[in-house]
Amino acid sequence: MSILIVAEHDHATLKSATRNVLTAAQQMSAGPVHILVAGHNCVAAAQTAAALAGVEKVLHVDAAHYADQAAENLALLVSELVKQGAYTHVLAAASSTGKNMLPRAAALLDVSAVSEITGVKSADTFVRPIYAGNALATVQSADAIKVISVRTSAFAATENGGAASVVNTPAAADLGLTRVVSREMAVSERPELGNARVVISGGRGLGSGEQYRAMLEPLADKLNGALGASRAAVDAGYVPNDYQVGQTGKVVAPDLYIAVGISGAIQHLAGMKDSKVIVAINKDPDAPIFQVADYALVGDLFQLVPELTQAL
Amino acid sequence: MKILVPVKRVIDYNVKVRVKADGSNVETANVKMSMNPFDEIAVEEAIRLREAGKASEVVVVSCGVTACQETLRSAMAMGADRALLVEMDASQAEGLQPLAVAKLLKVVVDQEQPQLVICGKQAIDGDANQVGQMLAALLGWPQATFASKVVLSEGSAQVTREVDGGLETVEVKLPAVMTTDLRLNEPRFATLPNIMKAKKKPLDTLTPAGLGVDVAPRLRVLNIAEPPVRKAGIKVADVADLVSRLKNEAKVI
Repeated sequence: MSILIVAEHDHATLKSATRNVLTAAQQMSAGPVHILVAGHNCVAAAQTAAALAGVEKVLHVDAAHYADQAAENLALLVSELVKQGAYTHVLAAASSTGKNMLPRAAALLDVSAVSEITGVKSADTFVRPIYAGNALATVQSADAIKVISVRTSAFAATENGGAASVVNTPAAADLGLTRVVSREMAVSERPELGNARVVISGGRGLGSGEQYRAMLEPLADKLNGALGASRAAVDAGYVPNDYQVGQTGKVVAPDLYIAVGISGAIQHLAGMKDSKVIVAINKDPDAPIFQVADYALVGDLFQLVPELTQAL
Repeated sequence: MKILVPVKRVIDYNVKVRVKADGSNVETANVKMSMNPFDEIAVEEAIRLREAGKASEVVVVSCGVTACQETLRSAMAMGADRALLVEMDASQAEGLQPLAVAKLLKVVVDQEQPQLVICGKQAIDGDANQVGQMLAALLGWPQATFASKVVLSEGSAQVTREVDGGLETVEVKLPAVMTTDLRLNEPRFATLPNIMKAKKKPLDTLTPAGLGVDVAPRLRVLNIAEPPVRKAGIKVADVADLVSRLKNEAKVI
């Protein structure tokens, strides 16, 4: 047995999600772990991957047609490397890149994929949430190759401590099926929502984008937290889509989650109920969010949030 | 051009699901079933493209038990032109997994020759988020997942995708597979006259055997369990009380 992890990176740097995936891989006890860093001018990311504890080898594939991380080209490369290397396990983060690419690679290999695992029972048996986390399925894969996406918030990050060899590996063909026209990426000084220690999320109760920022940004600054939102707040246009926490948005499990003006639809709870400590601030004492909150503060958020920011 | 939209019958998203006592599955008896919400968005998008004169026909397809006919009728009541049901018995349907669905859809695509397949990005029961990507792989077509905006032109489509960190607009050559995200559109409600009209629209039935696809599951479900229940905590008196508890009790700040 052996494991291939498809790294999450932006060419220059390795994303920390790869460290969480590595922890999941090690729990599988399925032989040596290799990491694939496929990108364009991505040698720095490959070197970072080589320093992670417990990695045997880093496959570094550098070609212009991996600059966009397009699923079509990446999935072809992954499926070819898996066949050549006789890997039994292929893992990636359940990020938008991983979710896009991994099922495509699985179908090319004619094997099933196991999405967003949150637990490892053995080399072939995994736990994953279904129904927005309202049930947990334990599934056993009968396929010769297990293709698995990993919910990064469910696994700790592996630290440095390795010295793997970086092996330059040839690229697969460029299928030329897609082309990135433009990108609008949020630039933020704040920690990434997916792995922040503190997350402050706002909902419809904030009333507008201006009030969202006026209330939550100072609090996030104080706590060095990431900002998130409920679907309602995103749909209302207060914040961009990538703020969304929930079944179809990001799933987070920070040490401290502060929900402000969020009623707590089950789809939202699915994205944050594994947080260590949950604080909810809402004027409605019957809001469902209070059923999962460790600390409930009932009252007017426009008064309480500035007060809280002040008190910290 | 023709658009194919796969739709899935799932437990309605407002239903609080319960796990069966024997851990075999969630309770589905006497539970309200509806079209997967992401598939509704896919149907809506396809109909809008036809209404805008960019598509000529919208065909919906579902894989599952006879009752999936209701889901297909709902899609036709929204405005889809005709429907296909890949029908199977309850035990086959229960073990139907994304790879098998993608293989069934591949054969349907080969027969129907659509230029665009629009799938929901995930079904809210299994939350797998796989079928669209797998179908694209089997067809060798490009894929544009998690779409929040679609602009069709001759031979290609520009699709804005919701990705980590923001939005990405890609151009894909047609034919292609697209999967819908939440903010692509707001699906319409079917009107009563359209519900009546949908009853007369064509609905053809196929079978996995007839399509030559083995739908046996590759993943064995060993157990379905309730997640650990999070207990409601305490009501704090005021901000000072909260801060003190976060510092001294929870020790998170």
